[in-house]
Amino acid sequence: MKYLQRYTEGERSLHWAVALLFILAALSGFAFFHPSLFWLVNFFGGGPWTRILHPFLGLGMVLLFAYLAMRFWEHNKLNPQDRAWLKQWRDVVNNREDRLPEVGKYNAGQKVLFWVLVASLATLLLTGIVFWRSVFPDFPVWLVRLASLLHALAATVLVIAIIVHSYAAFWVKGSSRAMLRGSVSEAWAKKHHPAWYRETNR
Amino acid sequence: MTMQSSLDIQARSATTTPSPSVRHSAAVAKLIDESKCIGCKACQVACMEWNELRGDIGSNVGVYDNPADLDANTWTLMRFAEVESAETPLQWLIRKDGCMHCAEPGCLKACPSPGAIVQYSNGIVDFKQENCIGCGNCITGCPFNIPRISKKDHKAYKCTLCSDRVSVGLEPACVKTCPTGAITFGSKEDMVHYAETRVGQLKERGFQKAALYDPSGVGGTHVMYVLKHGDQPELYSGLPKDPTVSPVVSLWKGAFKPLALLGIGFTALAGFFHYVKVGPNEVEEDEAVK
Repeated sequence: MKYLQRYTEGERSLHWAVALLFILAALSGFAFFHPSLFWLVNFFGGGPWTRILHPFLGLGMVLLFAYLAMRFWEHNKLNPQDRAWLKQWRDVVNNREDRLPEVGKYNAGQKVLFWVLVASLATLLLTGIVFWRSVFPDFPVWLVRLASLLHALAATVLVIAIIVHSYAAFWVKGSSRAMLRGSVSEAWAKKHHPAWYRETNR
Repeated sequence: MTMQSSLDIQARSATTTPSPSVRHSAAVAKLIDESKCIGCKACQVACMEWNELRGDIGSNVGVYDNPADLDANTWTLMRFAEVESAETPLQWLIRKDGCMHCAEPGCLKACPSPGAIVQYSNGIVDFKQENCIGCGNCITGCPFNIPRISKKDHKAYKCTLCSDRVSVGLEPACVKTCPTGAITFGSKEDMVHYAETRVGQLKERGFQKAALYDPSGVGGTHVMYVLKHGDQPELYSGLPKDPTVSPVVSLWKGAFKPLALLGIGFTALAGFFHYVKVGPNEVEEDEAVK
C-alpha cells in the first residue's frame, strides 16, 4: 500500500500541542462555566490556581494556533465549489461522497471549521484580556460584562467545533493517521481529496 | 469575613442545592439619612477600627473624599458632591457609599465559586474570602460598583454590614459611632417606617421630593437612604436611579449557560447516533491496487 505525506513532523507536533492546551484550557474554563462543573478545579490545584492558570493555558493555545493557522491559511480559502459542497451536506453526512464536487487538500466542512476556530480563538483572546485582572488594568465595567458573555459564547462555539472536528476524524476512517503519523493511504486521498491527490502525484 | 454561625444561609454563590437554612432571622436594615449627615467620616474610622483595616496613605486629589475611592481596606466612604442648579443654590451633598446589601445581589449571581458569597436570611450579603478565587465576576454583577479586589491577596472585599456584630445582637460599627444619628439600624420593617417619618418631616421643611431609596430593581436593599432629592439620586455622586443587575450578566449567568451545556451535550450525542445510524466512512483499500 502506498502512502502520501499529508503533514510534516512540525505541523503534527504543533497541532497536538494546541490540542493539549485546548483540553487544559477547556477543563479549567468549564470549572467556572457552571456550578455543576466547579469540581474540575481539582485538576489544577483548586479555585485560585485554576483562575491563575487558565489565561496562560488559553494564551499558549492561541499563540501556537496562530502559527498553525498561518501555515494552513492558504489551503482554507473558500471557493465556489465549496459552496456547492456545503449545499449537499445531506450527501456528506450519509457517506455519498461520489455525488460531491471534487475536493482539494481540504473539503468545505474542514475549511468552515478552520474559520470557526480562527474566529472563536480571536474572540477568546480579545475578550479574555479584558478580565485578566492580575495582568491588565481595569477596563470599564460594561466592557467586562460584555466580554464575559462573549468569552463564554466563543468558548461554547469552540468546544462544539472541536467535538465535530474530533468526530469527523473518527468517522472518516484513515484520517487520524494523517495527524498521528503524517501520512494517508493513496486510496484515502483518491476518495476524499481527489484534487489534492492529483496535485501531489504530479 | 464573618463569625456568624452559618445556619441561616438564604442564598450561596454557585450552589444549586439548598444551603443550611434551618435557622431564620428577621430582615435587618441600615438606614442612612443623608439630611442628617455632616460628613465627619467617623463611620469610616469606625469601620477601619472594628475591621482592623488600614489602607495605604493616598494623595489629596483636591476634594474632601479621602481616600479617593473604595478599596480592599476601605469598605465605606463618604462621597462629597457640590451641586448647583438653576432652581437651587450651591449644595453640598454627602453620601456614605458602601455595599447596599441587595435582596437580589448581582455579585452573588455572577460569582462562579461555591460559597464565596452568601446571603443570610436577615438580608446581609457577605463575602467569604477563603472561598474567593479572585476572578472579579462580582464586580460585573454589582450595579453599585462596590466590590474591590485586593492587590495583595487577589480576594474581593466589601462592607459586611458588620455581620459579626449583628450576629451577636450589636449594631454595625458605623451606626454605633455616628454622632448625629444619621445612621440607624434595626429591622427592615422598622427602618422603612422610620424613613417614612423622616421623609414626611423633610417634606414639611420644603424638600418636596424627599424619598426613601430602597430600589426595587434589585429587590430592595438592606442599606437604604433617606434623600432630600429623592427624585434625583444621581446628584449624590452618581447613585443610580433605577439600579438593576446588568441584563448582560443576567443572560450570561441565567439562560446562556444551561443552553450552552445542552448544545455541547447535543453535539456529542448527535455524533454518537450518526455513527450508529450511518456508520464509518471507509475506504476500500483494494481501490488503490486497481
